[in-house]
Amino acid sequence: MKRSLILWIPLAGYLIFLAIASLGLNRDQQTVIESRMIGKPIPGIDLPAASSTNPPLSTKEMADGKPRLLNIFASWCVPCAAEAPILAQMAQQGVRIDGVAIRDARADVDAFLTRHGDPFQRIGLDARSTLQFYLGSSGVPETFVVDGKGVIRYQHIGAVGPQDVETLLAKLREAET
Amino acid sequence: MSRAMMFPTCARSLGRGMPAPAHLVSMLALAALIFITALAAPAYAQTALPPAPYADRQLDDPALEAKATALMHTIRCLTCQSQSIADSNASMASDMRSEIRERIARGEEPEAIRRWLIERYGDWISYKPTAEPILWPLWGAPVLLLGVGGVLAFRRIRRRRKEQS
Repeated sequence: MKRSLILWIPLAGYLIFLAIASLGLNRDQQTVIESRMIGKPIPGIDLPAASSTNPPLSTKEMADGKPRLLNIFASWCVPCAAEAPILAQMAQQGVRIDGVAIRDARADVDAFLTRHGDPFQRIGLDARSTLQFYLGSSGVPETFVVDGKGVIRYQHIGAVGPQDVETLLAKLREAET
Repeated sequence: MSRAMMFPTCARSLGRGMPAPAHLVSMLALAALIFITALAAPAYAQTALPPAPYADRQLDDPALEAKATALMHTIRCLTCQSQSIADSNASMASDMRSEIRERIARGEEPEAIRRWLIERYGDWISYKPTAEPILWPLWGAPVLLLGVGGVLAFRRIRRRRKEQS
């Protein structure tokens, strides 16, 4: 009797495995990959100018005593157009925003800025996602808070919506200290 | 021109860097596809730029290329998360392939590049299991099962020998 019960153990184990596997199959496989660079100094990269109107961006010059936002965007990215008015509003409130255009062309960036507004002080062109890899950024749009010492303090993944403004402003204030 | 042909390069994308969900634009895309094919112009998935130099070009040295390819097959694509960057045609995967080939060509070791990526994206980016404590059961299970099997076999053989003698 006891022996025959033991024989069922492998089958039970298999069924448990099957249950876990089928649950896993139904789960959404996409996960948000957060950067591990929060709390670390921003890597120093020189990027050429992405637009005709804004100066180029060097992340080496970010340790100038005051925090700022670093917005990763692209002219070909729809959510980036959606967050543009929010960024413009923040820029009007005096927030310093630098931009990084990913895999972009100057004419396209110019057209994007004309159409959606230009909240950026400087815009660097990251033609081959190099700065993105250095930042541990996994897509567009993303917005980083960089403090006055050039340390990355916060990462916002996805488009900045009206509901995110308060958090970003709070993180900027936190970065002042 | 290539603008009209922007749809996700993998079925389940993050939905942020991608221009629009595939099902919404599929009809439009079909029309655009016919239009573009007729004009025989190149159409890039997510960007107006051509791919990075070593995204789809092998290194001249076969030994270095082999090193790079082996690494690329174990690095996970950030856009198409069930694929390696070697298998994905997402723009970010192309850029990462080029980055890896250029680093290998400069003499960097594959494991150093893996560490560099893990430092930025976490263990998630690598398909190669690490020796982190959370993975100890993974490494321990084969040893454990082999041990249990060995004990069972040993006892059975001993019993049979006793019966025979």
